[in-house]
Amino acid sequence: MSERVGVRKTYKLFIGGAFPRSESGRSYVVSSSKGEFLANASKASRKDAREAVATARKAFPGWSAATAYNRGQILYRVAEMLEGRRSQFVTELVDADGVGVRRAGELVDAAVDRLVWYAGWSDKIGTIRGSANPVAGPYFNLSSTEPTGVVAVVAPEADPLLGLISVIAPVIVTGNTCVVVASERAPLPSITLAEVLATSDLPGGVVNILTGSAAEIAPWLAGHMDVNAIDLTGAELELAVSCEQAAAENLKRVLRPAPGKADWITDPGTGRMTAFLETKTVWHPIGI
Amino acid sequence: MFEYAPAPESRDIIDIKPSYGLFINGEWVEPLGEGREKTVNPASEEVLAEIAVASEADVDRAVQAARKAFTVWSAMPGSERAKYIFRIARIIQERARELAVLESLDNGKPIRESRDVDLPLVAAHFFYYAGWADKLSHAGFGPSPRPLGVAGQVIPWNFPLLMLAWKIAPALACGNTVVLKPAETTPLTALAFAEICRQADLPPGVVNIVTGAGETGGALVRHPDVDKVAFTGSTEVGRQIARSVAGSRKKVTLELGGKAANIVFEDAALDQAVEGIVNGIFFNQGHVCCAGSRLLVQESVAGELLEALKRRLSTLRLGDPLDKNTDIGAINSAAQLARIRELSDAGEAEGAERWSPACPIPDKGFWFPPTIFTGVAQSHRIAREEIFGPVLSVLTFRTPAEAVEKANNTPYGLSAGVWTEKGSLMLWMASRLRAGVVWSNTFNKFDPTSPFGGYKESGYGREGGRQGLEAYLDV
Repeated sequence: MSERVGVRKTYKLFIGGAFPRSESGRSYVVSSSKGEFLANASKASRKDAREAVATARKAFPGWSAATAYNRGQILYRVAEMLEGRRSQFVTELVDADGVGVRRAGELVDAAVDRLVWYAGWSDKIGTIRGSANPVAGPYFNLSSTEPTGVVAVVAPEADPLLGLISVIAPVIVTGNTCVVVASERAPLPSITLAEVLATSDLPGGVVNILTGSAAEIAPWLAGHMDVNAIDLTGAELELAVSCEQAAAENLKRVLRPAPGKADWITDPGTGRMTAFLETKTVWHPIGI
Repeated sequence: MFEYAPAPESRDIIDIKPSYGLFINGEWVEPLGEGREKTVNPASEEVLAEIAVASEADVDRAVQAARKAFTVWSAMPGSERAKYIFRIARIIQERARELAVLESLDNGKPIRESRDVDLPLVAAHFFYYAGWADKLSHAGFGPSPRPLGVAGQVIPWNFPLLMLAWKIAPALACGNTVVLKPAETTPLTALAFAEICRQADLPPGVVNIVTGAGETGGALVRHPDVDKVAFTGSTEVGRQIARSVAGSRKKVTLELGGKAANIVFEDAALDQAVEGIVNGIFFNQGHVCCAGSRLLVQESVAGELLEALKRRLSTLRLGDPLDKNTDIGAINSAAQLARIRELSDAGEAEGAERWSPACPIPDKGFWFPPTIFTGVAQSHRIAREEIFGPVLSVLTFRTPAEAVEKANNTPYGLSAGVWTEKGSLMLWMASRLRAGVVWSNTFNKFDPTSPFGGYKESGYGREGGRQGLEAYLDV
């Protein structure tokens, strides 16, 4: 009796809720931390990035107009689906990131908890960031927050699940849509996360995930005139500088990478949410 | 119409020196460079004073002074910092008349505006932020927010003293020190403010004023020891600044251009709307980044509204900025006048119809009459580019959805106006307009407690209110 041959997974991109291959037909070899072949991942092209931006733009009106209550529930639903696949992610993190089983379990738990934490922010960030302004004069004046639009995200290279969740959740919980460039070295958990997103009531196009080379794709996203903001967390210094320069063209909001390795376990604070929020102030006269 | 006798404000109250140095470390110092610029009265082309052009080495001196003062100023209890800022607010009120005259002389804006709008707001900003200095732990940025360090601030010529207040008041309240560069055509009130800092006994180096043009500003924002860059001005310069600070980790706020839609629905109170439209585009000669330069009027009332608007424009008085009857003053510079002319000519060339009221233009100085373009298409340059002058482009719409579509059809997103008596329509519009400020049934209102700033290419960050503190805190 011969040994059973395993069914290997084909990892593709995640655009508009679907899983296409790269239009360029390219893929690249993803190896484990020990150097063993894990899978071929899609190598996204400039055209894939463009398609992802168009899709994110199309999803923006619906997602930004969804009630905060609804968005919060959907993020919580993502946490539920992630929890259900805990053991799969543990295995993938062990393979991809070279961490032990116990550490991988902690990281998956932290990722689930991070989603739940952000889910709870959806209907509170506006209260914290908005204001009723006591202007001098007979006017009613309120400032409220609004999402900035389509956000390009260069996900961190390390921490391929917790780091990824930590950069995606704050962008979408506030009503933005995004195009994410996944960790180049360890892209597989990102596509498995996409399977979670695809089955969790998140509208197609709100999160789009590209695997491949950040150095190749990020500059196109940074220079794209229909991208409103860019998170350069995962970009190396040289790439970050050139992306920041390109982002100046349409004055994108830029979240710059902090020096040193990010600690994704600690309390993230509200900075990642507010980086992609605008404040709108509405004035109306008071009188009869 | 009644004739008005001229009622000019006296210039005797002010004392302009023939030439000015730089204000560094609490002292007037001579610039290291040889450069000099002249600032002129745009209403008469008379030279008012000669100002220094700060070189890179001068900027460096100012930044070093600010850096040294930072240790003192940031360590001072907030309650003590507050008192200095309150002092400044009071001195501004005491010297308000003098500052208003100086502002109108150097900028060309009507004294009615500098006296009744700019100066009260300038004092109000210092009062407002003075109060924050010892209450920062309540501002919502955590229990012990910290200042950033040295702020490099570059401000425009349209509201010289008001923009100075918007920049300096929150910076000082948060414990930062500043180096500020006023515009080369309107430096005089900033230089007068330097004297106010001395009268207030502000510790030396907390506020430094360097004069000069674009190169001085560039040197300031690029300076490696500047932790925070704040700029108000054109989108093009904003882009350059964003590029130049790439990779530096300086915190940046940019308040840039606009092409605001002022949207009038058929159920609006039309007389009120006419006043709002006039205020929206002809206030400060249209030299306002949030000016309502695109009038979107519902087709059913377009004829009636335009007729009323033209009638109202015929009552505006253009002329001597120091005359208390003047509504429209001088264009700030020859260069700006040339730009307004170029874009207006393009409007005509592209097929829009131009109208101005009969209006005598003084022989000397830089002047442009209030102008309306009708028959404007969205593709026309006058509907797309910021003119920064008293030029209104009129477009029409039929449905609210079309109004939203047209209003948002611009790379800018600073402000918008909505005129309707129906509250639900107003809120529906306000939530769909991609703009940082929406004025409903009013326009061009400002207050220190109210955050101001743009979406899209109108820049990032907010000034004013609790939100305005964030730009000067390490959060």
